[in-house]
Formats: sequence, C-alpha cells, structure tokens
Amino acid sequence: MDADEILDIKGQTCPVPLVETRKKLNKMESGKILQVIGNHGPSKKEVSDVMKDLGHEILEISEEGENWSIFLRKK
Amino acid sequence: MAKKMTIIVLSDEMDKAYPALILAAGAAAAGIEVTMFYTFWGLNLLKKGGLAKAKLSKMNMLGLGRAMVKKRMAKLNVASLEKLLSDAKELGVKIIACEMTMGVFGVTKESLIPEVDELAGVGAYLADAKEANINLVI
Repeated sequence: MDADEILDIKGQTCPVPLVETRKKLNKMESGKILQVIGNHGPSKKEVSDVMKDLGHEILEISEEGENWSIFLRKK
Repeated sequence: MAKKMTIIVLSDEMDKAYPALILAAGAAAAGIEVTMFYTFWGLNLLKKGGLAKAKLSKMNMLGLGRAMVKKRMAKLNVASLEKLLSDAKELGVKIIACEMTMGVFGVTKESLIPEVDELAGVGAYLADAKEANINLVI
C-alpha cells in the first residue's frame, strides 16, 4: 500500500505515538493516507482505536518483528 | 458534541506534573476538549522555568532521585514536560492559571509562561467542568 505521508515514531513511548499521529493528521488533507510506524507495544491498539473512534478509516495493521505499521485514511 | 475533560493541578511535583500533562495531551489527541486549571503549588509549574524545577514527591534525595528518574526517562525516550505542554497546546488544550492564588503568592502575569490562556477563578473552571464527562484533581 502506498502512503501519502509516513510518520516514524519508533522508540517513542506513551503518549507520544498518539499525540504525534493526531498532530500529523491535523496537517493532512482529507482522504490522504498516513502510515504510522512504531514499536511501543500498547500504542498499536491505542493509536488505531482512537483514530478509528475519531472517524478515520483504518486500512491495514501489520507487524514485523517488534515494529508495527498502521495505514489510515484521514476523514 | 465533543467530549470534554478538566484537570485541576494542585501540585508542582514532577510525579504529578507528568500524569496531568500526559492525560491532557493524550485526551486532546483523542479529540477531547481539555481544560487544565493550575492552582496553589501547581501554579509554580506555569512560572517561566517552572517545569524544569519540578521535584519528586518521594525519593527526591536533594535532587539525586530526580536526576536518576530523569536519566531513566531519557533512556526510555519519555517526552519532557516541556514537549508535552507544547503538544497539548498544539492540540488545543486550554491552560488556566488561578488568579486568586497568584494574588496570594504575589505571582505576576509577566512571570508566567506564554502558554497560559487565561487568568481566572472558580467560575471559569466550573463553566468547563459542568460540561465535562471527566473531571480530575491531580
């Protein structure tokens, strides 16, 4: 999947993944695709749950080793 | 209607300043409108350089404990209080300094950081709190 923007937050812990994802989405246009890459375990679920709750579309969640990736489309 | 949350910050200790700002930034990221009301010793955190001076409530050991905790936090890449405040502000968190406490302790507006949105009292706090689903005192 191709993303319009990539946010690499590997090495960041609570609450930075959530906060940086929201900050990034605020600067993007509606309909654009963001890929968030991180390795803070609980944030994989937290980022996807919160962004889904805010109305953004979760397109794909995957894991490779300790890293996870979330593709989402801005509302 | 957007969900709302308020946090009253009573303490200038690092171990209270952190959860207050983490909750505020996290909630704002989750689309919740947040109001933070800093009063009594909490007001010290809004003074210029105040976040950097925050001590631990336990095991501070004349600053040695704090230095150890800060070192561990740096190793784990925990965000600084300054970054959390900046992020909270970017995501729309409102910061109120208690005007009455400022009078009691002789704190001037000029000595406070520019991130403070309002100098106000119980009326301003309650206007937000009565609309909020989550009201915390830290």
